[in-house]
Amino acid sequence: MEKQQKYAVEVEDLTVAYDAKPVLWDIDLKIPKGQLMAVVGPNGAGKTTLIKAMLGLLKPVTGAVRFLDGSGDIRTLKNRIGYVPQSGSVDWDFPATVQDVVLMGCYGKLGWVRRPRKSDLELTKQTLQKVGMQDYATRQISQLSGGQQQRVFLARALAQEAEVYFMDEPFKGVDAQTERAIVTLLKDLKEQGKTVVVVHHDLQTVPDYFDWVTLINLRVVASGPVKEVFHEENLKKTYHSAGALLRSVV
Amino acid sequence: MDSVLALFSDYTFQTVALGSALLGLISGVLGSFAVLRKQSLLGDGVSHSALPGVVMAFVLLGSKNTEVLLLGALLSGLLATLLIVGVVRHTRVKFDSALALVMSVFFGLGLVLLTYVQKIPNSNQAGLKRFIFGQASTLLQRDIVLMTICGLILLALVLLFWKEFKLFTFDADFAQSLGFSPKKLNLLLSFMIVLAIIIGLQTVGVILMSAMLITPAVAARQWTNKLWVMVTLSALLGAVSGIAGTAASSLVPKLPTGPAIVVCVSLIVIVSVLFSPGRGVLHRIYQQRKNRILYRLEGGGTDAPTS
Repeated sequence: MEKQQKYAVEVEDLTVAYDAKPVLWDIDLKIPKGQLMAVVGPNGAGKTTLIKAMLGLLKPVTGAVRFLDGSGDIRTLKNRIGYVPQSGSVDWDFPATVQDVVLMGCYGKLGWVRRPRKSDLELTKQTLQKVGMQDYATRQISQLSGGQQQRVFLARALAQEAEVYFMDEPFKGVDAQTERAIVTLLKDLKEQGKTVVVVHHDLQTVPDYFDWVTLINLRVVASGPVKEVFHEENLKKTYHSAGALLRSVV
Repeated sequence: MDSVLALFSDYTFQTVALGSALLGLISGVLGSFAVLRKQSLLGDGVSHSALPGVVMAFVLLGSKNTEVLLLGALLSGLLATLLIVGVVRHTRVKFDSALALVMSVFFGLGLVLLTYVQKIPNSNQAGLKRFIFGQASTLLQRDIVLMTICGLILLALVLLFWKEFKLFTFDADFAQSLGFSPKKLNLLLSFMIVLAIIIGLQTVGVILMSAMLITPAVAARQWTNKLWVMVTLSALLGAVSGIAGTAASSLVPKLPTGPAIVVCVSLIVIVSVLFSPGRGVLHRIYQQRKNRILYRLEGGGTDAPTS
């Protein structure tokens, strides 16, 4: 079946350290194209660190990350890679409207100095519609709820029109309705042949939402189709060592 | 009224007022970014750190020219900025501590050098002390020209990199993921803020300069939720304070210009924080009261039993 497997992301020997302490150890990972993949692991397992390192936001000690069948790294392919940071990572009291923020998704294609064009504004409107926020275009971002903030960040990423998306906890702090809306959106992306990597912490929903999963705890415990690797033994391996670590500290 | 008219036709007043207005305008624009990046104190650090540069320039080059002294200030301000950025990046010392550290070391060094220079003959006339509290009356036409050139360069850069500065200020990680290096943008913006501070030193001095940078921006933020309106308004408020402060100090004897400007801009910020719609203190109190009345009228029933 997998004679000519195409990979959206290939991670090789990736090690990341904060100061001298390694937080990701020798990560090898292959994410096939067109998959919805969850990154799962206990707190402090390095989930956010992993996607930040894949995006080149953190400098790894060693290792390489290649995208789209090894056709390039993040520097050369940045316009085909989308990113949804944790919504808590910015100050929402910034003087900007919803539309302003979503428009930022177009900045990458524009490059330095060039201004957004009419077509970019058009795209902004379309992506806002996709996340159900079209009525909020001129709303000040400080007036948004947590779920609305997530939708705005998703719309901004959609405006990037990327092929591979990295999302850091897009389900954090959203209500059931928004969660369903986001899941629909993820499935839409998959249908368009995009690859989506999602940091996720709700183990219950993994089999429903995703078809590929990576379990990490400083190292990759398992990575593969949900049906094959998302079972009790692997979960125990992933979460147990954290428990053991905690006990040894206490 | 006559005295005001006479004042505005006075050549010295025109020069000083124009200089102060320019300073208010430029620092208003760049201060907006400093405030939004939560680096309000950077201005304080840089301006204090400029002092040893001023004195060193005088000692090494023996010149009393404002341009030469300000060049010294610029170099020492930049050095301090690089030190702060470097300390934050390469050690575990946090930004505020690094800033306080560098600033007090530089300012202390500046004061020591100043005391030493006072003992050299012919140095009293150098007027180095004017850089501590500022002395707007020493502004000459060439100073205005220098300020205008620097101001135009800074405004052009802000317009050119508007999109990048906005993105970087809001979400630096996302900016990096799009290929806009936060390192480069941080350096560029920091250098621009340093330059804005340096051209204000002669007018308001190293101690009060950070007020010129921060206050108009804080006031402007109260009135708007749009970045470009905030930056424009901040520039306007800075310029108006510059002119008003100069006028006040000309009409009232023995009132120094720099502090008068800072008092003007402070009045504006107090009014803004209290009375602005939406973000003002009074508005918030009014809203709270309204909610309380609403609750009294429509809420307040017993909760549904929980057990």
